[in-house]
Amino acid sequence: MIEPPAGNAHEDFALEQRLGTLLRGGVILSATVTLIGGIMYLAAHGSAIASFHTFTGEPAELRTVSGVIRGVARGDSVSIIQLGVLLLIATPIARVFISVIGFARERDWMYVACSLLVLALLCFSLVHGG
Amino acid sequence: MHVLTFTLLTLAGALVAGLVGALTGLGGGVVLVPLLTLGLGVDIRYAIGASLVCVIATSSGAAAAFVREGFTNIRVGMFLEIATTVGALLGTVLAVYVSSSMLAVIFGIVLLFSAAQSMRQRVEHIAATAPGTLGARLRLSSTYPLGGKLVSYGVERVPAGFAMMFVAGILSALLGIGSGVVKVLAMDRAMHLPYKVSTTTSNFMIGVTAAASAGVYLHRGYIDPVLVMPVVLGVLAGATLGARLLARVHVKPLRMLFTAIMIALAIEMLYQGITKRI
Repeated sequence: MIEPPAGNAHEDFALEQRLGTLLRGGVILSATVTLIGGIMYLAAHGSAIASFHTFTGEPAELRTVSGVIRGVARGDSVSIIQLGVLLLIATPIARVFISVIGFARERDWMYVACSLLVLALLCFSLVHGG
Repeated sequence: MHVLTFTLLTLAGALVAGLVGALTGLGGGVVLVPLLTLGLGVDIRYAIGASLVCVIATSSGAAAAFVREGFTNIRVGMFLEIATTVGALLGTVLAVYVSSSMLAVIFGIVLLFSAAQSMRQRVEHIAATAPGTLGARLRLSSTYPLGGKLVSYGVERVPAGFAMMFVAGILSALLGIGSGVVKVLAMDRAMHLPYKVSTTTSNFMIGVTAAASAGVYLHRGYIDPVLVMPVVLGVLAGATLGARLLARVHVKPLRMLFTAIMIALAIEMLYQGITKRI
């Protein structure tokens, strides 16, 4: 088998630029949402007592994507922060999704399969919870 | 302690962790869990959840720049992410059976290992991909910018790298870290990729690895928004500042100081874990 010259660096260039933009956008968006939720939370509950010493687990609504969206619709500040967290978790998942499309454009089916497998594992984790 | 005081303290600690992590290139994730558990008395499960979220933030932020500059090998990353995500999902299963004290002990060992790796001499590799090997079939060879021109490089021992990435995934999920040290080791030492390609591709993979376990931990209630908020914002601010300052700071003494802090935290985590205080 003959090695293709210098890999696929040139073909991958466009994909690299798109991935870079997506990653930056995801981080900025999620940090903004987290900050907004955080300021709202502190304004209302800043003088409450912090308790993270014992593990009690989060309430059910903050554990699922649909629960967080319901909380955000109600204007709940904690849910807005959790939406920021979800956007952050979604950023690498979106990155893998864009990779699937990028490799499909290059007709590189082996890497389409690799990316799809990783994407499936990530979606399983986020939606089903392992 | 009031929520506001706690938030400001956590924000300050996370900012320093993010700043030093970016400046030394050692990542801030590995000190976040000790900082939260030992420093602020946070339960280790909440600390792991918060740390994982930060790891996604810093790695995605840094990867955005590296991937555009052409250092990151996205094929190597994509292929090895199969190993890290499967490892991470297995790690979340194992986490159910590992006590907090045991987690603290494992954490201490990983910290000591990371400190030892940070003191190691770097060897620059330019490997050639042998025909017929897995690396050739997967077309993992590529180029990276070095001194103003593109240098071609190949890859060796892909199965060994893949196996190490599986371990990196397990550790990432168990401890809430990026496992960058193990990832770089797999690519630099086992697969003989150039050092800059190894570190940037490791960083590129960290977000996906951490996202795999973060999803599971979200369902288990490990991710507390009120705790995550100051940690993630602090680390991001610190890392952004660190990237700006990088050209103007003498990294070497800072790296030695950070390594010393890692050793001290390792000893404390081991002590607290062995005596069952955590």
